[in-house]
Amino acid sequence: MRWISDPLLTVDHLSMRFGGLVAINDLSFSVGRGDITALIGPNGAGKTTVFNCITGFYKPTSGRLALTHGTGAPAGAIDALTRSDLRRTRGANPELFLLERMPDHEISAQARVARTFQNIRLFPGMTVLENLIVAQHKTLMRASGLSLAGLFGLASYRAAERKAFELARAWLNVVGLADRADDPAGDLPYGAQRRLEIARAMCTNPVLLCLDEPAAGLNNRESAELTRLLRGIRSQTGVSILLIEHDMSVVMDISDHVVVIEYGVKIADGTANDVKNDPKVIAAYLGVDDEEVAAAGGGVP
Amino acid sequence: MDYFVQQLINGLTLGSIYGLIAIGYTMVYGIIGMVNFAHGDVFMLAAFIALILFLMLTQLLGVGSLGLALIVVLVLGMALTSLWGWVIERLAYRPLRGSFRLAPLISAIGMSIFLSNFVQVVQGPRNKTMEPLLSNVLVLPIGNGSVTLAEKQLLIMAVTAALLAGLWYVVKHTSLGRAQRACEQDRKMAALVGVNVDRTISLTFIMGAALASVAGLLWMTYYGVVSFNDGFVPGVKAFTAAVLGGIGSLPGAVLGGLLIGLIETFWSAYFTIDYKDVAAFSILAIVLIFLPSGLLGRPDVEKV
Repeated sequence: MRWISDPLLTVDHLSMRFGGLVAINDLSFSVGRGDITALIGPNGAGKTTVFNCITGFYKPTSGRLALTHGTGAPAGAIDALTRSDLRRTRGANPELFLLERMPDHEISAQARVARTFQNIRLFPGMTVLENLIVAQHKTLMRASGLSLAGLFGLASYRAAERKAFELARAWLNVVGLADRADDPAGDLPYGAQRRLEIARAMCTNPVLLCLDEPAAGLNNRESAELTRLLRGIRSQTGVSILLIEHDMSVVMDISDHVVVIEYGVKIADGTANDVKNDPKVIAAYLGVDDEEVAAAGGGVP
Repeated sequence: MDYFVQQLINGLTLGSIYGLIAIGYTMVYGIIGMVNFAHGDVFMLAAFIALILFLMLTQLLGVGSLGLALIVVLVLGMALTSLWGWVIERLAYRPLRGSFRLAPLISAIGMSIFLSNFVQVVQGPRNKTMEPLLSNVLVLPIGNGSVTLAEKQLLIMAVTAALLAGLWYVVKHTSLGRAQRACEQDRKMAALVGVNVDRTISLTFIMGAALASVAGLLWMTYYGVVSFNDGFVPGVKAFTAAVLGGIGSLPGAVLGGLLIGLIETFWSAYFTIDYKDVAAFSILAIVLIFLPSGLLGRPDVEKV
């Protein structure tokens, strides 16, 4: 129950409306630090909208998205930050971020939330290795003094660059693409592109990795590989993973915590086992008469 | 034979200058998908900056060494022109980045008109001239004739080649170059993996302006004359070169520049000088009919 005892991300009363359409309605859940959390629900439930709010693509209509970079934030620290008009604390330990107030590039750079998309968005014309180096751009630019030091080959930049290449190669080994390092990323097969996207996201050194349907379009063997890969990444780096997934075998296999939403409302929240047997979830997925749900204890409002 | 080789030399010289300007067009198009119509005027401005700096150094400060003067003009001119490039992007294009596609284009045309008028007002409408530089010629025997290769032609080709090699290295092997290519392919995603997109775009404008500045200096050493409306024709030629080579492609811009220079020169040499521009643009039209994305451009393939 780390999502209660040690939440990394707390979503409070999140709502997102597009004109008259309510995509998310008063949604609250937490993502535990170091957990693999799955966000599931039928098509159109609002899962990707939640992602887009967390990663700053949408500005939520209302609600709070609080992220902490470490444990032991004093009680009330988040509320104090909420009352101020700041986006984040500076110099506090641990650092707190209010994602709903930050633009997307700050969420990725400062709050360190990385994401992948349903459709693959690699840099197809760059090599596999370069895709991972460019994800370390910020560190490299800082070391290179706007590239001037890089041009003149200063030692500090050389060292930073060597480290960046080492990290990139290490991730290529993890995702099993070391032998394709110098091929254009667009030439890789689909499953490999998915793995490369995850590696690229990890090269930005995130605390939270948001994966939008990472197993979409993968066959069973590839899905099993992906499950192993995500587990390995989590245990090696301690990164927390939040994923949207339709493939229930992947979800049940991998998740410490499952949040189920339907029509923008949370209908279940718990371990994979709890959720699997929840009548509301079964109803949402299989479709049951309202009376039966009510009889099973609690209806969808 | 010697006549042919002579024209080849002249064409390559002119083409080098076009190529340097064309790179500015192609890089900016690659990264933000916009044709920077003010780029030709940045080149004109750079020629004026080079002229003024050169006269200040040699006349006012009495720098005797031509080589030293040229190097100082080169470095200072690049810095000043880059500043112009940066300011133009900042004032005329960045505020319109989220706007509809035509907005920055119109802004660019406005900036182009502003720059040429600004120079006309502060420098006067007449041609400005400079004493010929580096006019010593090497006479090379070819077959039973000979061709002349002026020192300045040699300088232009050597400087262009060196700059292109440098640019190639920057784009291929530095983090700035990787960021530029990433922004070119998916600007949103580049921002999400930590690339500072605004700064990368600024640096692209700065690099384009710096290359235009070198082109301006080389133009001054080659022709020795510049006027406020000299941004237009060379600008359009360089843009044509970029399109011919495949806009967005760096080697394409250089190849296109050299080709336009060669076509113009050979047409003038063998046919009539009056129609040299018609020849250049006709070749462009013909190439685009058969290769719509230019000689080295990648066609936009949408994978479904």
